[in-house]
Formats: sequence, structure tokens, C-alpha cells
Amino acid sequence: MKKILLALFAYFILSNSSYALIEVDITRGNLDPLPIAVSPLHVDTKSEQDDNIKVKELGNDISAIIEKNFRNTGLFNPLKKDAFVQKPDIAHLKPRFEDWRLIKAQALVTGKLLVKDGKLKVEFRLWDLTAAQEMTALAFTTTPSNWRRVAHIISDKIYERLTGEEGYFDTRIIYVSETGLKSERIKKLAIMDQDGANTKYLTLGNELVLTPRFNPTNQMVTYLSYFRNMPRVYLLDIETGVQEVVGNFPGMTFAPRFSPDGKKIIMSFAKDGNSDIYTMDLETRVVERITNHSSIDTSPSFSPDGKYIVFNSDRSGLQQIYVMRSDGSNVKRITFGKGIYGTPVWSPRGDLIAFTKVRKGRFFIGVMRVDGTGERLLTENFYQEAPSWSPNGRVLVFYRETKAGSKGEGFSASLWSIDITGYNERKLKTKTDASDPSWSSLLSK
Amino acid sequence: MTLNTNLKNIFLVVFTTLILSACSTAKKSGDLDGDVYTGKETVKYLASGVPDRVFFATNKSSLTTASRATLRKQATFLRKNKKLNVTIEGHADERGTREYNLALGERRANAARDYLMTYGISGKRISVISYGKEKPVNPASSPLAWSQNRRSVTVKVN
Repeated sequence: MKKILLALFAYFILSNSSYALIEVDITRGNLDPLPIAVSPLHVDTKSEQDDNIKVKELGNDISAIIEKNFRNTGLFNPLKKDAFVQKPDIAHLKPRFEDWRLIKAQALVTGKLLVKDGKLKVEFRLWDLTAAQEMTALAFTTTPSNWRRVAHIISDKIYERLTGEEGYFDTRIIYVSETGLKSERIKKLAIMDQDGANTKYLTLGNELVLTPRFNPTNQMVTYLSYFRNMPRVYLLDIETGVQEVVGNFPGMTFAPRFSPDGKKIIMSFAKDGNSDIYTMDLETRVVERITNHSSIDTSPSFSPDGKYIVFNSDRSGLQQIYVMRSDGSNVKRITFGKGIYGTPVWSPRGDLIAFTKVRKGRFFIGVMRVDGTGERLLTENFYQEAPSWSPNGRVLVFYRETKAGSKGEGFSASLWSIDITGYNERKLKTKTDASDPSWSSLLSK
Repeated sequence: MTLNTNLKNIFLVVFTTLILSACSTAKKSGDLDGDVYTGKETVKYLASGVPDRVFFATNKSSLTTASRATLRKQATFLRKNKKLNVTIEGHADERGTREYNLALGERRANAARDYLMTYGISGKRISVISYGKEKPVNPASSPLAWSQNRRSVTVKVN
């Protein structure tokens, strides 16, 4: 019997190269992508026309977005629709589990929608095909123009049910859009859905803007603007478009981020060749100095509980990462590896710090535990920096720049994402060149 | 044995040639001292014989002997032109993180400002601004371009 098993085992390894993939996936952790069938949502025949949306196509369009979200996670393998065995409306009532299992699907998503009286009603179900049962179901009503968000919210619910973790699909990314020659870049604040749809520009490009970051409710953005050639931290209300300078500092303020409760902005203030870290309370306008050191202290980021701040400083001679209490006490250096370390960002789960490392002229994005141990470098490149966390702390988005030729030709800047496992690296589609990404929290939370 | 010695000789020759050629390229164009730019390719002039900029080593904001000589010329020029105010723009190369480079540019601009002040120029006449890595004078991704971009530039305001 043992021999037979061994023989079978060997046969599997030798016979089919696809098994090799599965093996590698197992050693990587949990990366054997789950085969999932996403049925087009059934469009109720009582649906009315809508001026701005092709209602008939909505069922296909929503399922296509869900599939794309899933494929991009690297955790799911959405199956081709031409193999689907049941019509959407019938499958949604109750799938014939054995038929879906035949196409090797392990999970099935079904749904239906109705557009009526200016409202979009959607319901979906997630089925476990192996156990032959419904896993989760949800119905909701919204305005038809929100249909892309509907697809993202459904994706989040399914991701949550299947992985046990919060999703990150109903989110946005704010970034700096770049156009023009390398030495004369025109930079604008831009915002898009996590999947690259709905790009909007928030500034006109008249002045240099850098490093936008969301507040916890995603309605405000703090960023650096060179308005009137005075580099200062600004606050922008995305909906009203109202902008204001943060504080009244007699010099450059930069590297802003919100505190986790959204009440303060933490940033650097540079004066007389020295940069230190300050906070400003947005309500009381009280400014507090957090560090007081002759070195460059910058890129501060709060821990999610607000009790600690991670930042980078060159007080040791080279850029390294430090952690301190939020009042500036108890400063501890946490990076001691070879190379320089910058742009630390505390994970929303609180367990890790993402960073940029430069060593021997190469740039790495990595993660480590909050005491600096367990450093893992996820990706290496000619130039990349500024990681930002997905709200569930599983994925990082960052930007990369390519090497330019003698006249600056061949230069580009683009957004990339990578799982903290080090796998599933991919380029994000943006309308223009892009840098300085910041990932929002879940919009529907 | 003979082969070994021969090989050694060849290596020696190759090695010496490499060293010589490395020196000669650096010296011939007069471009780099360590990694500090010493050339004139990107330099503009505030007045005849008064260069507008000084260059820095990677991650450093200390002034070299040549930089100090340039800044003394600027100080003399500013003393002669009492009504002239300037802005010193601090810059970094593209090989650092953006936020740190903003701070580094500010530190470089202030190093130049401080030196002008020790030579009797009032701080009120000199404002500083950092552009970090945002405004390269040479857009190439090469050690030479990076050395030209690590700079502080004195610009007339009025």
C-alpha cells in the first residue's frame, strides 16, 4: 500500500508540471489560488432604462469587476465563463452543486439586480460548492451610478468570508500624477478607485505638489504644496475643494500624515538646516514639538493606537528608523542592518512597519516587526520608495522610477503593489505617470 | 608556473590600465572629486567670475574647499551689491527617499547661507528653499548627473 502511494505521489510530481506550481504555492504559505466561479448577475426583466448606464450589461459588468478584483489578489482563480453550466437566475436560486464542481470550481458567486425608480437593488450569494451550501448572502439598495462600488463591496464581503480578513476593494488611492519632461515635471493630486477607475484630478498642476495622505475617514487629504513657492503642508477637503495651510511655520513643513483619530497632523518642520517633527491639533491649532535634535528627523507615522511614532533620522550619521512614544520620549533606534532606511509606515494592524531600504545603490521595499526584528525585503529595484498599506495590512502600494538616459529619456514613474508575503507584485494602471500613493481605508465601513 | 606568472602579469597590466583610465576620465573632464562635482557644465554666473552654485557629496551638506571659495566670491559680490537679495535653492540627487531629500536640500541651502553670513552678509538678504530631488538640472540617471544635481544655487531675487 505504501508503495502504491509512493508511486502515485511520484506520478503526480512527474506527470504534470502544473502540480509543481501547487507545490511551490504550499511552501509560500496560502497561495494556492482558489478556483471560483463568478456568475454574471441576473438582470431582472422588470428593470428600467437608465440614461447613464447600460442596465442590460450591468450584470456582466459587475461580475467582471469582481473577477478582476479576485484575480489581482493572487489568492483566487476566477474561472472562465464559457464553461459555466447554469443560467445566472437559476443558479442564484439554488445551484446544481455537482455540475459546478465538474468545472473544478470550489466557490460560486451568484446574484441578481433590479433598476427601478432610480434605485439599484442588488443581492448576491456566495456558495461553498464542496459542502453544497450557502456561505453568505447580502442585499442592498443604492443609486445606479454607484454600480462599480457595488461590485467592490460584494468583492469585499466575499473576500472577508473566504479569508477571514477584511477586504480592500471598496477603497481609493490618492497619488501624484506626473506629466512632462523629467526636469520639468508637472504634478497634480489625483484620486482613483483602487482598481484604477474614476480618476479625478484635485489640483491643476500650477504648483508642485507631493506626498498626499488620507485622513481616517477619507474626506480630507494632507499634502505638501509649493503654492507661491513656499513649501508648506496643506489640508484639502476632497468634497468641497477647500484648501488651507496647516499651521503658521516660518519655513518649510513637509512629510505630513494624520494621527489615527484624524485630529492631528504630524509633519516635519525645517529651519536653519535642521528638520524636527511636530504635531498640530486641527481643532485647537495647538502645535507641539515632538523631536528636538540637530539631525534630520522626518517621515513620521503613528502606530494605529496613537501611542507611538515611527520616523527616520540621520542622527547616527545615516538615515535609520526610530520609534518613540507619541510625546517624543523613549526614542529607540530599531534598524541596524547594512544600508540606509527611510519612509517607515506603521501597519493598520499594528504588527509591522513597512519601509524603504537603500543598499549598494539598489532600492528595496520591506517589512519588519515594530521592534525592528524579522526584516523581510519584498522587492528590489533601481528606484522605489514610499510604501502605503492596504486597510487590511496585507498589501503595500508604492512607486517606482525607471533609470533615465543621458537626456532624461526612458524615465517613468508608476505605482506598484505587492503582498507582504513578497508575492503578487503588479503594476497599477494609472492615466498618467504616478508617484506617492496613499491607500484609503474602506469607504463603506 | 610560467602560465601563472604570465596571467599575473596580465592581471597587473589590466588592473593598472583600469586604475589609470578611471583616473583619467575623472581628471580629464575635471568633473569629480570623490563624488563631488567640480566641473562647470551646469554652472551659471551671478556676475563675471561669480559662480551661482556649489556641489555636495552624497548625503552630505558639508562645504568643500572649492565650495567655500565660490561662496566667498558670492559674499564679495553681495557686499558690493547691497540692495540685492538672494534665494538659495537646495537640491538633492534622485537616489534618496523624497521626504529625506527635502530635508537634505534645506540643510544644504542653509550650509551655503550660513557661510555667506559668516562673511558678513545679513541673513535677512538670504532666503532658502529646498526642492529635494524635484528639480534635477541634469535629468540623466548617472553618477555624473547625480553629482551635478547635489547642489545649492544662489538666485537673485530682485
